[in-house]
Amino acid sequence: MNKCTERLYNGLVKENPTFVMMLGMCPTLAVTTSAINGIGMGLSTTVVLIFSNLLISLLRKIIPDSVRMPAFIVVVATLVTVVQFLMEGFVPGLYASLGVYIPLIVVNCIILGRAEAYASKNPVLPSIFDGIGMGLGFTFGLTCIGIVRELIGSGKVFGLQIMPDIYEPVTIFILAPGAFLVLAFLVAARNKIMKRMEAKGKKVVKAQGCCEGGCASCGGCDAQVFPTGQEKE
Amino acid sequence: MKELLIIAVGSALVNNVVLSQFLGICPFLGVSKKIETAAGMGGAVVFVITIASFITGAIYQFILHPAGFEYLQTIVFILVIAALVQFVEMFLKKVMPPLYNALGVYLPLITTNCAVLGVSLNCVTKGYNILEGVVYGFSTAVGFTIAIVIMAGIREKIEYNDISESFQGTPIVLLTAALMSIAFFGFSGII
Repeated sequence: MNKCTERLYNGLVKENPTFVMMLGMCPTLAVTTSAINGIGMGLSTTVVLIFSNLLISLLRKIIPDSVRMPAFIVVVATLVTVVQFLMEGFVPGLYASLGVYIPLIVVNCIILGRAEAYASKNPVLPSIFDGIGMGLGFTFGLTCIGIVRELIGSGKVFGLQIMPDIYEPVTIFILAPGAFLVLAFLVAARNKIMKRMEAKGKKVVKAQGCCEGGCASCGGCDAQVFPTGQEKE
Repeated sequence: MKELLIIAVGSALVNNVVLSQFLGICPFLGVSKKIETAAGMGGAVVFVITIASFITGAIYQFILHPAGFEYLQTIVFILVIAALVQFVEMFLKKVMPPLYNALGVYLPLITTNCAVLGVSLNCVTKGYNILEGVVYGFSTAVGFTIAIVIMAGIREKIEYNDISESFQGTPIVLLTAALMSIAFFGFSGII
């Protein structure tokens, strides 16, 4: 079980997808207008991530290498559709406020990235725990950003009034520019902490998301999804 | 005609795809270092989103909807888009080499660009017919191009500025995006 706890720690702290790896920035910016939305998005991504890691790890010896990308996409898209209908049925309010970002979990870098980098090479149990760790790390990141934006933007946390009445909410923080602003300070803080750790001689995990390396790191982005006709030429 | 104009202005400026809907953030941050590359990426996105919104709109209208398979839309759309991007790439390579040389590098990057899938899904949610869908897709992509080219222009100037160490790179780009997003709020009075 040692390996499983190591995967959890890895996802939550060491390679936290939001704060360390900077993956999945589209939903991070879009849905964190409140803490509840952040948790909802994080947990639905976690569910998809756990099951996609489970299925891809089970199928890793059956899927031929040349068609693995389309196969991964079909698995992920199926799971996302299932999650979408479950949410529409059981939490219609949350489903309405997350809107188009639920089906867009399909193109979230974290999911295809984990499938490519971990689940397609490792046994089932560590893959599940990798999914849980990464998913909870993502949920944690989204919830933190959601709490900050909701507190400054409307004086509430999880819908409860926190700030005294005299506090004038800075509405711009729950609008679009606030998302960019909060993320900018977050990345700056991350850079500062990483610099300090580097100066102390600790090993530092590089950011891999859109912010740093283009899209080169997430499996599906620069790889050919259908590798047809390319080899012949 | 009036509705089409409202859709076009609304999606290109008022609800800008990057600055207010947060779709396509990856290329917006990653490929906006130079104006030429940003314009190339913008051109590729316009090309792909317009074709993709036409094809996914037609598939939804004539196959998925009549057959009652609406629930398959996410799976079908993402596969169609992935196949389409590669088909477009091969087609351009054979038929129009100059255009391929200009856009080719950016095409594979577009497959997992959430803007393409987002546009197709939004067309269904908003109940657009095929023509409205194509206009919506085209103007959304134009909005993306406007945003990424302006950002590239600003970034070329930022190069010469003295920025504190922690804010170099991505943070200053995000701050710029925040200011651009505030500026684009000004358009919301148009409609």
